[in-house]
Amino acid sequence: MIDTIRSLGRWGLSVFERLGRGHLLLLAILRGVPELFLRFSLVIQQLFSVGVHSVLIILISGLFVGMVLGLQGYNTLVDFGAEESLGVLVALSLVRELGPVVSALLFAGRAGSALTAEIGLMKSTEQLSGMEMMAVDPVRRVLAPRFLAGFISMPLLAAIFSAVGVFGGFLVGHGLLGVDDGAFWSQMQAKTDWYEDVLNGVIKSIVFGFVVTWIALFEGYDATPTSEGVGRATTRTVVHSAFAILGLDFVLTALMFGDV
Amino acid sequence: MRQSKSTEITVGMFVAAGLVALFVLAMKVSNFTDFTDEAGYQVVAEFENIGGLKVRSPVTMAGVRVGRVAAIDLSPVTYNAHVTLNLYGSFDTIPTDTAASIYTAGLLGEQYIGLEAGAEDEFLKDGDVIELTQPALVLEQIIGQFLFSKAEGE
Amino acid sequence: MPLVKIRDLHFYRGNRAIFDGVNIDIHRGKITAIMGPSGTGKTTLLSLIGGQLRPDKGTIEVDGQNVHTLSHSELYALRKRMGMLFQSGALLTDINVFDNVAFPIREHTKLPETMVRDLVLMKLQSVGLRCARNLMPSELSGGMARRVALARAVTLDPMMIMYDEPFTGQDPISMGTLVNLIHRMNDAMGLTSVIVSHDVAETAEIADYIYLLSGGKVIEKGSPEQLKRSSSQWVQQFMQGLPDGPVPFHYPGTDFADDLLNGEVSA
Ligand SMILES: Nc1ncnc2c1ncn2[C@@H]1O[C@H](COP(=O)(O)OP(=O)(O)OP(=O)(O)O)[C@@H](O)[C@H]1O
Ligand SMILES: [Mg+2]
Repeated sequence: MIDTIRSLGRWGLSVFERLGRGHLLLLAILRGVPELFLRFSLVIQQLFSVGVHSVLIILISGLFVGMVLGLQGYNTLVDFGAEESLGVLVALSLVRELGPVVSALLFAGRAGSALTAEIGLMKSTEQLSGMEMMAVDPVRRVLAPRFLAGFISMPLLAAIFSAVGVFGGFLVGHGLLGVDDGAFWSQMQAKTDWYEDVLNGVIKSIVFGFVVTWIALFEGYDATPTSEGVGRATTRTVVHSAFAILGLDFVLTALMFGDV
Repeated sequence: MRQSKSTEITVGMFVAAGLVALFVLAMKVSNFTDFTDEAGYQVVAEFENIGGLKVRSPVTMAGVRVGRVAAIDLSPVTYNAHVTLNLYGSFDTIPTDTAASIYTAGLLGEQYIGLEAGAEDEFLKDGDVIELTQPALVLEQIIGQFLFSKAEGE
Repeated sequence: MPLVKIRDLHFYRGNRAIFDGVNIDIHRGKITAIMGPSGTGKTTLLSLIGGQLRPDKGTIEVDGQNVHTLSHSELYALRKRMGMLFQSGALLTDINVFDNVAFPIREHTKLPETMVRDLVLMKLQSVGLRCARNLMPSELSGGMARRVALARAVTLDPMMIMYDEPFTGQDPISMGTLVNLIHRMNDAMGLTSVIVSHDVAETAEIADYIYLLSGGKVIEKGSPEQLKRSSSQWVQQFMQGLPDGPVPFHYPGTDFADDLLNGEVSA
């Protein structure tokens, strides 16, 4: 009994310790961000491996999610004779929810896990220590550019996801199910608000990009420097990111759309 | 660690694609274009009840959109809703005795203001007031009245 | 005044004392060797000097500055003047040999690329790897990687270099070259060198002063000649590499026979 309490206490302490370390690391990273604008080539390189490499999965997933929304939405709407509203349904679902959330989940799996593994491996092969001894701060040189790249990439990826998804919904709705294309677009435009819907979705994706990149970098930097340690850290990145995305999505949705 | 030109180009393309996607969301998917409303003139109408009318609800005439609701206030004197309409500059020949009513698109759709042209020779201009208004039909009230009259009749 | 002054250093890993009251002076312009059995904490000592680990007690001063009370930026400024050759090499694995050696120059100076190239080729030439400059670290042997790391450690011409096992994994020829190189750099540039090594003969050849560490303490110190003439059995065993003597070969723990007889199957 005492043992259980004790181990519970130890676990609790270690959680706080990690939380503290994570925030301190975030502070250190953020402090390194301004000077990156003087060496933007570092960020470009990371935009390539973090952002560009995620485009394909985002394009394909976005297209299919949009097509499925088109099919499902049509089946529901047609019962109410409201299939003209298919565009609205597809666009709002994507722009408000699925775009930011699904692309963030994909981003965590595609780019987040890669970041963690990369940093963790650099740590376990003493590359980070090596940099420190060359008087190059690895937080600024290695982590900060990756952080900025993730932060920039995420909203762009989410926007691509949503745009491609709307197109997918249109393909199915108009091409396959014969919804009038004029009604599809005009209803969508009338009911999708730039501020309320699109911009709030973009804000969501910015928040998700921030959090996912942060988690990925922290897990890598904090990983036990062994093969198993890095493997675990990679898993944790994906799991923790998923929790963070879904939890934050609820909070943000409540804040943004809750008080209609 | 110099990077190859192709890295830079691909990253450039990625960023451009993201921005294009945002642009598509703005111009094609959402009502962003409405924010660039052509310059218009503002007229005021007072309604007893505006139901579910909102700022930026459409203002139409014979089904053609001629403007948007710019602001909604409560008049401190009459306790009526004080609605400011922004009418597009191209529709500058709306008679002063035009009537404004609040309609609902479909049974449960969004509410909008419909204008019915009057017969005056003078036209509405900035700052004018539309005198003839008809409040929104509030479904609950109608049902209430219906039940009440039923009960009276019996 | 010594360049590095270590006083009453205590450092623990868990409950195990790695250092238990160590005093070391490293003098300017000299080659100081730190020797001792595997696992005594020589690498740990270098990390402590470089400010990557924090002592539990005691002080380490480098060039008059207490390494562990420096601010982040002061510490990094100090590290610019220290070079370190890691035991594992610690090369950056996703850039090639040339870029690895160029890394510190590009990070800390704004030299034009042509000058960077000249500098890098010079350093690579001195370790005999000029023509391997386009290889990736994964394509190098252990010994070659160590030499690249050495070239990288000296690119910025620091005031002090710490070599962690520079000779391990080198064939006799490159070993001779390295010994020479370290010696030459010390003489020509007035560098201060700290060498961690097991190669008694090579180290004794170039070192001005040797510290022998064991069991968390300095067992013996002195010039190579003094150590060779030392009356201590321990020192004699270590310097001559005899299998039998007071130096334990095994990680501390229970007796081998006990372990066998106890028969804990789980381990
Ligand atoms: N991260 C660590 N956690 C716990 N103990 C460690 C850690 N790193 C090293 N040690 C312990 O500290 C002791 C000293 O390690 P160190 O690497 O400094 O030895 P060394 O003298 O350099 O040995 P070698 O000559 O084999 O390189 C070792 O006994 C090791 O078990
Ligand atoms: Mg060692």
